Amino acid sequence: MQMTNPHLAPDATGQRHPVYEISGLSKTYARNSLVALKGVDLTLHKGEFVSVIGSSGCGKSTLLKIMAGLMPPTTGRVMLEGKPVMGPRSDIGMMFQHATLLPWKTTIDNILLPIEMREGRQAARNATDRATALLELVGLGKFGNVYPAELSGGMAQRAAICRMLIAEPAVLLLDEPFSALDELNRDFMNMELQRICLEREATAFLVTHSIAEAVLLSDRIYVMKPRPGRIDQNIKIDLPRPRNLDMINTEKFGQIVHHIRSALGSEAFN
Amino acid sequence: MAQSQTEQHHGETVWIEREAFIDRIPRWIAMLGLFIIIVGIWHVVTTTGFVSAIILPTPGETWNDILFVGANIMRGEYMFEALVTTSLTVLYGFLIAIGIGFSLGLLVGETKFGEKAVLPYLVAIDTMPKVAFAPLFIAWLGFDIASKVALAAFIATFPIVVATAAGLYAASENERMLFRSIGATRWQTLFRLKLPTGLPYIFTGLKIAAVGVMAGAITGEFLGGGQGFGALIRQAASQLNTPRVFSLILYLSLLGLALYFTVVWAQRRFVFWNKAETPGGIG
Ligand SMILES: Nc1ncnc2c1ncn2[C@@H]1O[C@H](COP(=O)(O)OP(=O)(O)O)[C@@H](O)[C@H]1O
Ligand SMILES: [Mg+2]
Repeated sequence: MQMTNPHLAPDATGQRHPVYEISGLSKTYARNSLVALKGVDLTLHKGEFVSVIGSSGCGKSTLLKIMAGLMPPTTGRVMLEGKPVMGPRSDIGMMFQHATLLPWKTTIDNILLPIEMREGRQAARNATDRATALLELVGLGKFGNVYPAELSGGMAQRAAICRMLIAEPAVLLLDEPFSALDELNRDFMNMELQRICLEREATAFLVTHSIAEAVLLSDRIYVMKPRPGRIDQNIKIDLPRPRNLDMINTEKFGQIVHHIRSALGSEAFN
Repeated sequence: MAQSQTEQHHGETVWIEREAFIDRIPRWIAMLGLFIIIVGIWHVVTTTGFVSAIILPTPGETWNDILFVGANIMRGEYMFEALVTTSLTVLYGFLIAIGIGFSLGLLVGETKFGEKAVLPYLVAIDTMPKVAFAPLFIAWLGFDIASKVALAAFIATFPIVVATAAGLYAASENERMLFRSIGATRWQTLFRLKLPTGLPYIFTGLKIAAVGVMAGAITGEFLGGGQGFGALIRQAASQLNTPRVFSLILYLSLLGLALYFTVVWAQRRFVFWNKAETPGGIG
């Protein structure tokens, strides 16, 4: 794997700083005694971009919600920055398939929402400059004072990126963030996401069901298998950064995609 | 409604979109047109004696009485006092209904206790014909305005309870998950997410309540006498003074419209983001 970023370099002990450490994680939904996850172990390191790919229903969202502290696991432990995750935390930024902007708040107030909830209105007002800078970062500089009804789907998702970043989280959890967008917008947003992550040395965990998207963005890919949801493979992606869309057509990219497709196996397509 | 049709044009068939006649005329002309038609039919059936004058007065008689009642109200005479009495009944009833309805709606929509223990009773009471409680309110509160206010509020409370509770359920799973993920407390989720999301529902309930509170106030005045418009209507009807009944009803409906459109105005003001699809943008 290419290591041009000094922050990704091993520390004195020869280990990169682990952000997330998850071991022995399982989840059984009590409602229908459904085993959604079983024996999941994974580690995310500082500055790493990791994707998890698997067929729909294999437990990806469940994994992400447990990592985010939105629901407790049945067994196992989730450590973030050395502290167990016991509920939602300000050092976790989340993004979902739907932007979910509040229609009665302007774009900038939507972005400030996490600050408003955790620290109050005054703190949110004080963070306005930061929100404006984030809007510039995603190319929405002129749209701070409009209401979400005037934003396109792609613009709304960009605003959701800003809302995720406003509290400067240590880790980004992304659940199929662009899967509701059309393909042109999705490619564009993926490149934006890469740029933002590289710029901020963000640690990111992306749930996706697009192999190409996972390969394009990730340093590593976890391949999940269903029934019960478990991690089957951990694949390093040895492509140089920054990645660009032209790489999709290279032979190496094709080989990696092929490898992952066979790793997913026939189970992914039924 | 646009209507399209094919036409012969220089030897080739072209498809032309045409605006229908009704799309080209302004609303007020359409309304005026229908009004003229209805009054015309009314005039014909009453002046030809097709319908007896006791059942239906002529438009002319009714118009004269409307002017008479209007003049009485303008001069601040007894009909004005009656209108004030009824207006106050409606206003107090509406405010009490909003207070109680909203509180019960919060209890039912936001707490498990309310949903499990309170809601079944509310549903049971709601299915009863509520005007049947009128004699009770009169027995408890007397023939004054209080018994009418109570009946009006009683009728108008339920739509507000139902609408508030439904509004609190309206926030989507995505929105709730967002609020949990950004560490919102229960109060924050209630006031910053669930209530704003529920406002369109709540206003729909208020509009239904605005109609109900009028019905309750007038029913109370029919059954319990007093100084209001309802009493005047009953009196006029018992004297077979149908033009008077008609004109009193007209002024009463102006009161109802005023209340209804106050709610509509408040909705436009407070739910500016939700351009709810209403027929013709009314209400
Ligand atoms: N709240 C829930 N209660 C019961 N079962 C659930 C719940 N949420 C998800 N599941 C089930 O758990 C499995 C994994 O779901 P999910 O994590 O959403 O998968 P993915 O995101 O990979 O599509 C699915 O079979 C789904 O039906
Ligand atoms: Mg999912």
